[in-house]
Amino acid sequence: MRRLALTLVLLVAGMAPAAAEKLVVSLSNHRVAVTSSFTGEELVLFGTIEPDRPRTALRPAYDLVVTVTGPKQTLRTRRKERVLGIWVNTEMREFVNVPAYLAILSNQPVDTITNADTLRRLQVGLDNFLLTQRIGPDVADTVPSDPFRTAFVRLQQQYGLYRQSGTAVTFLTPTVFRAAIPLPSNAPTGSYAVDVKLFADNAMVARTSSALEVIKAGFEQFVAESARDHGLLYGLVTAMMALLTGWFASVVFRRD
Amino acid sequence: MQIYLPIADMPVNIFLVLGMGLAVGFISGMFGIGGGFLMTPLLIFIGISPAVAVASVASHISASSFTGAITYWRKRAIDVALAMMLLAAGILGTATGVWLFTVLRTLDQLDLVIGLSYVTLLTSVGGMMIWESVRAELRARKGMPATLRRPGSHSWVHGLPLKMRFKRSKIYVSAIPVWVIGFTIGFVGAILGIGGGFLLVPMLIYFLRVPTATVIGTSMVLTLITMASATVMHAVTNHLVDALLALILMVGGVIGAQFGARTGQRMRGERLRLLLGLLVFAVGLRFAFELIVKPEDLYSLRAVRPD
Repeated sequence: MRRLALTLVLLVAGMAPAAAEKLVVSLSNHRVAVTSSFTGEELVLFGTIEPDRPRTALRPAYDLVVTVTGPKQTLRTRRKERVLGIWVNTEMREFVNVPAYLAILSNQPVDTITNADTLRRLQVGLDNFLLTQRIGPDVADTVPSDPFRTAFVRLQQQYGLYRQSGTAVTFLTPTVFRAAIPLPSNAPTGSYAVDVKLFADNAMVARTSSALEVIKAGFEQFVAESARDHGLLYGLVTAMMALLTGWFASVVFRRD
Repeated sequence: MQIYLPIADMPVNIFLVLGMGLAVGFISGMFGIGGGFLMTPLLIFIGISPAVAVASVASHISASSFTGAITYWRKRAIDVALAMMLLAAGILGTATGVWLFTVLRTLDQLDLVIGLSYVTLLTSVGGMMIWESVRAELRARKGMPATLRRPGSHSWVHGLPLKMRFKRSKIYVSAIPVWVIGFTIGFVGAILGIGGGFLLVPMLIYFLRVPTATVIGTSMVLTLITMASATVMHAVTNHLVDALLALILMVGGVIGAQFGARTGQRMRGERLRLLLGLLVFAVGLRFAFELIVKPEDLYSLRAVRPD
């Protein structure tokens, strides 16, 4: 019995690494309000690396990867081909429940942080993030070099909705870091998940998460909600507004 | 100055949109067309999703056609009887068009059908108008009467039964072509998401010989009613009418339409038709260009709306 207990203690002690750390992070803003003057916003994530238990040693160098994922969306990527002299959308691929916003921010290019295998397993980087496609009856991701996947990521990057940056995270001291999360003006409303991964010696040593929300506020919220919840009334009011505007102009400009 | 649009979910420059409203409003007031075939591509070009663009343009067109209609009403240039006859058939055409729209969408080739229809319609109608007005111009140069309404030149259209008299337009024609035209406009409008004014005006002129003076006002009344109801229908079914975008477009549109209507009334009918023909033809060519020239990016994204 004593031997068993001793083995267990040894086992637990052996499993715990010599240094164990935890992440403490805080977002500058958990709720981004989209008002009529919204043209995008930059959020800041601050954090520190702390020893898990008091008086444990920290490692000399760390790497950090912050992954921000927006609300889920289903998008179709279509490819044009020339048929009888005109360009027609022939093939298409549906990307099912992929994030409408995806930012992978790190303190140096992700492929220098750890090996390709770990990156793939932890979905770090645009090439490794799981983007599920509907292929026939199945839903699966393809290889990063798949033409539809490359085109999808490229177009999303052009819209500013997908991004990968090896400079967005800065270490202020060896254990205090700061990450800039850019939200473009076309950032979709909904809830965003922030996943923070800490790497040391080619492996992930700690992980934590946070969340933020992009919501419409004030007038924007009022219009969006009326359009959604009271379609008929909204339509009638818009049509009336059109008639009033038209009538008003004819009164203002009347010459005779 | 940037302003965030609540339904389109993107910021736009308020002066750019206002300017677009002004320009299209001017054209619509001048020719008595809604201008949807110009405005919708413009909005898509600045990044607004096609569905929101089509839905919001409907309310913009109702505003500018209403202000135009009031102006023509004061000048007694609207044939109410003719407008109502066209409208009755138009509703039937719209219903048929909406049905075909749904069928085409399930076949997933709606974009192509819309593109091809635009090209065919715009280039043929535009070409016909250019040809006709150039001929009229040449006749006028030779000292022959420029008017289309020559006595004794009745075509087969005028031989049809069920004749009706439209006093304001001073025409006496069969109800059958009126119904056919109304139905066609409603049908095409529902499929292409346009008011159909640019088709209606030449059809009324060439088939029914409606004088240019009343044709524009009458077309405006028809556009007003179809587009105002389209606004309500879009709001109820798709919830995609952006009231803020519509308001900015409207304010520009109605001002432009006022000036356009005045400019249009001062111009000679043949000249006006030639200009409209050139405009329609040019837009048609642009659509053709898009279909024929290799696109810069072969790939495109489209959000699949949750059903």
